[in-house]
Amino acid sequence: MSAGAGVREAAPAPAGSARANPAGSGLARTVLPPVLLGVLAILLWQGFVTVLAIKPFILPGPFAIGEQFVANLQNVVSGSVVTGRNALIGLVIGAIVGVLLAILSALVRIFDGMAAPVVAAVAVVPIVALAPVLCTMFGANAETARQLVAALAVFVPVYFNTLKGLRMVRPVHRDLMRSYAASAWQATKTVTLPTAVPFVFTGLRIASSLAVISALIAEYFGGPVGGLGKSITSAASSSNYGLAWAYVLGSIILGLLFYCAALGLEKLVSRRAPTA
Amino acid sequence: MTTAARPVQHAVEVTEVSRVFAGRKGASVTALDAVSLTVAPGEFVSLIGPSGCGKSTLLRLIADLDTPTSGSIEVFGKTASQARIDQDYGIAFQQAGLLPWRTVTGNIELPLELHGAGKAARRERAAELIELVGLTDFAGHYPDQLSGGMQQRVAIARSLAESPSLLLMDEPFGALDEMTRERMQNELVRICAETSAAVVFVTHSIPEAVFLSNRVVVMSPRPGRIRDVLGVNLGRMSDRGENLREDAEFFHSVSRVRELLHGDTPTGARGVETR
Ligand SMILES: Nc1ncnc2c1ncn2[C@@H]1O[C@H](COP(=O)(O)OP(=O)(O)OP(=O)(O)O)[C@@H](O)[C@H]1O
Ligand SMILES: [Mg+2]
Repeated sequence: MSAGAGVREAAPAPAGSARANPAGSGLARTVLPPVLLGVLAILLWQGFVTVLAIKPFILPGPFAIGEQFVANLQNVVSGSVVTGRNALIGLVIGAIVGVLLAILSALVRIFDGMAAPVVAAVAVVPIVALAPVLCTMFGANAETARQLVAALAVFVPVYFNTLKGLRMVRPVHRDLMRSYAASAWQATKTVTLPTAVPFVFTGLRIASSLAVISALIAEYFGGPVGGLGKSITSAASSSNYGLAWAYVLGSIILGLLFYCAALGLEKLVSRRAPTA
Repeated sequence: MTTAARPVQHAVEVTEVSRVFAGRKGASVTALDAVSLTVAPGEFVSLIGPSGCGKSTLLRLIADLDTPTSGSIEVFGKTASQARIDQDYGIAFQQAGLLPWRTVTGNIELPLELHGAGKAARRERAAELIELVGLTDFAGHYPDQLSGGMQQRVAIARSLAESPSLLLMDEPFGALDEMTRERMQNELVRICAETSAAVVFVTHSIPEAVFLSNRVVVMSPRPGRIRDVLGVNLGRMSDRGENLREDAEFFHSVSRVRELLHGDTPTGARGVETR
């Protein structure tokens, strides 16, 4: 596999950790410290901005941002819906294509040989660089370009992780299937695919935040207004810095939402992950 | 046996089989060198020998999970490959090799499912086998919730699922504690008596080999060869019970196997390649 691929691959999240803790105290122990740290950071930030009297166009204080966020909640939410929708469509398309092509690569050696350099090339291209080109290709009124950019960003980690998973079948399982004289399809269905599933979801977890980032940044290069990316630029250009930061906060929340959903799914399916 | 009139068909017939693994830079490992062995239907044969003497390799060759470099293997008069396709054997590996995403029941049902048994029949057979290996309380558990010994028992149950007339077992009791081990040995003796399956059984335990077997095959390493075959005169399978372990003949056989293992020729003797 290519050098670019290595970074984007990761082992499925450890299955046991979540179950090992008794629910109540474990949750408190994992959630409390980061929350405390966050509160502390916000207070420090506010103090820093107030004490040094930093101009809002350089860095607004968190309370000002919070105020704007609450005041413009409706706009932030509708922007998140537009961007989130693009990211989700990109995620689904990229994931489906990634999984299908990985299966094809795992089954057909020649195809793997052909696809590997292409996918490696896609992996190293900064996907966002394609955004302006795609934007002009699909016209100013369509969200298609943004969805495609997200899909491309998603495709790479999903493809590599799925392919890795499909190759993780344990030799003893392969022997077992052979001893049962199982057909190629039976072996794929009973052993290969279940082995690969946790890896697919690991790829999806990595891809989930990429999808949001790509869909958002693609908005900077034209196309219809309404999304978070466009809102950030327009608020900033009209010197409404607090609002711009409120939209940034919205996109952070959106990204976290995607990530947590993917992480939850991954945890769920890798409960019975093969211990490699 | 009852079919004395016809020429006896062997359950397994291994003729002059060698298996050479090609290593890196031309260095090769002779895992098996000109090994010949026959196993009669219903006969229990143990393979014993030091680690690396080719026991697993021989078992894999019989199972057609690997092909010999030279020599031939017949299973019930067919090629090993045909016997595998006809599902003439059940196998339990050195590692349990359970599917982690299936429950105990699901794992035991696997061969039945792959070969098209109906759902009700599968459930019934699995329940029967789970009881046999003493895991009734764990039928719905996943492999990662079981101890190593329990996993191995599931693997044994799975190998018995289709009542094969040949059982290939690679150190199936290796991970079990002494008590469970002796219980499983008694069970295996009983199963063999009931199903009259032939068994090729790999073990590191001399008493286990003697207790279970009609014949004990003692192997030596580098290259893997059969050093000697010892007949055990402990009577028919169905008559073997717990008290046999106290029998004088049992102790005699145990010490005979021990002598053969630690035998006259020093183990690991080099320069004996005759091919
Ligand atoms: N796939 C393989 N490739 C290369 N060498 C192998 C392979 N399988 C086995 N061997 C070699 O063949 C020899 C016999 O191995 P085998 O696994 O049959 O031993 P064994 O008698 O089962 O040992 P143990 O009691 O430790 O399980 C060993 O020297 C091993 O290194
Ligand atoms: Mg072995």
